[in-house]
Amino acid sequence: MSERLKVSSNPHIRSKVTTHGIMAAVVLALLPAAGFGIYNFGVKAAILLGVSVASTVGAEFLYGLLVKKTTVTDLSAVVTGMLLGMNLPVNAPWWVAALGGIFAIIVVKMLFGGLGQNFMNPALAARCFLLISFPAIMTDFNCDAYSGATPLAMLKAGETVNVTDMIIGNVAGTIGETSMIAIIIGACFLILLGIIDLRIPGSYIVSFVVFVLLFGGHGFDLQYLSAQLAGGGLMLGAFFMATDYVTRPITIKGQYVFGIFLGIMTGVFRIFGPSAEGVSYAIILGNLVTPLIEKMTMPTAFGKGGKCYVKK
Amino acid sequence: MTKNSAGERLYNGLLKENPTFVLMLGMCPTLAVTTSAINGLGMGLTTAVVLALSNLIISLLRKVIPAKVRIPAFIVIIASFVTVVQLLLQAYLPSLNDALGVYIPLIVVNCIILGRAESYAYSNPPIPPLFDGIGMGLGFSVALTCIGAVRELLGTGKVFDMQVMPDSFTPIGIFVLAPGAFFVLAALTAIQNYLKIKGAKKGKDTSKIGSGCSHDCLNCGEKGCAERFYDANAEERKED
Repeated sequence: MSERLKVSSNPHIRSKVTTHGIMAAVVLALLPAAGFGIYNFGVKAAILLGVSVASTVGAEFLYGLLVKKTTVTDLSAVVTGMLLGMNLPVNAPWWVAALGGIFAIIVVKMLFGGLGQNFMNPALAARCFLLISFPAIMTDFNCDAYSGATPLAMLKAGETVNVTDMIIGNVAGTIGETSMIAIIIGACFLILLGIIDLRIPGSYIVSFVVFVLLFGGHGFDLQYLSAQLAGGGLMLGAFFMATDYVTRPITIKGQYVFGIFLGIMTGVFRIFGPSAEGVSYAIILGNLVTPLIEKMTMPTAFGKGGKCYVKK
Repeated sequence: MTKNSAGERLYNGLLKENPTFVLMLGMCPTLAVTTSAINGLGMGLTTAVVLALSNLIISLLRKVIPAKVRIPAFIVIIASFVTVVQLLLQAYLPSLNDALGVYIPLIVVNCIILGRAESYAYSNPPIPPLFDGIGMGLGFSVALTCIGAVRELLGTGKVFDMQVMPDSFTPIGIFVLAPGAFFVLAALTAIQNYLKIKGAKKGKDTSKIGSGCSHDCLNCGEKGCAERFYDANAEERKED
């Protein structure tokens, strides 16, 4: 061992932050939104969430058996399963949730090397996989409580929407995305624990608002703006999926760039795209450019280049 | 099997150096046209015909073509056959021609054909290159048909346009779209690698898989061969 790298003898100080602890906190933070989804959509939503979590955990466990390595105890599969379930419409049959869970864990996460190596958020990649494969099932939001289109689709068609209902969550949509309040409660919990910070969600939401102001075609219309903010998967995506440790940039400057990129892409998809939704595609596109953003924003090491302040 | 015999060339193209699963050549048509088994088969056989005939002609002309201009000369020969095949398809199989579209003229720049012309046909007497072309073409056809069949099965529930899956099966649409091609190609390549590694462990000689050398240097007795090289990977795989 080199003289310069002195490693003292044990005991070493250990941080109390573990993957298991972080994931458990995220699960807790997701509970309000998931709970509201179950209250809102009934027992079918609970079954769907259960199947989704069971399939991700089961897939992780079985893959672990195959490669003789247990990773299921770090709870990351539970988070993936919950996020996936919350991204499904309540009418989806159970096998859609199971297929999505298996795809998320096996194809997106484990084949690339497991937690920390996946280049895309597994839950979102699975949602997009399902959305492309079963467009009819994944956009069918009719249920006992609500019929008809989601608020965003109505907004796109030029109809008026009730913003108060959208903030509370009494609207059609996927299981976990409808209630802005429940999502914000969970997000505050994570921010207070220091697990996520406001860099990505903040720059994401602000840049999205600016984009809608500029190109939305409604000018400064407070009702339209708040409906765009409360509708769809924006809140769930900004606080819980864009902040995924694995697939966001690690540099601080890069996280702002990432947030702004997501805001612009979401705006492009929502306003110019054929669909009313755009959060999931925006975030997985952002995941793909993350390595480039990191390369662009890597800070210069002390003593390597940069400005020279010594007078010659 | 003796080196450069017809049977050895066919075996080489179909399994040992399968252009799709082992050499990973010709990926563009492999990913683009395999939306159904029949399209895969059609594309594979069309390429096989061009491959076999161009190999034969290039081998016959190998002493006439100067080395410096060999690539343009190969292209002229290949392009002529592609034109012939395309006109035949337009006349007799117009539906297949429509399905394959621009990928028929693009056979001209298929790297399997140029690769075989450059590495095999240009330096061998005509009969082995003919069988090399047939073997490679059949290997390509088998691979494309497999990919097409799996994509068609999962994406529409049919194989060769016949309903296979029960009615309760909901087609997984992504498999007939571009991403599905990557999923299926990766999965099939992984399966055949797994089988070959398993076969190698049982003591079968599959050690030269993927060496890419059509001259088979490891089994070559000629000590004076200038192209002879030592394939360290193959030795390692043998020891495994």
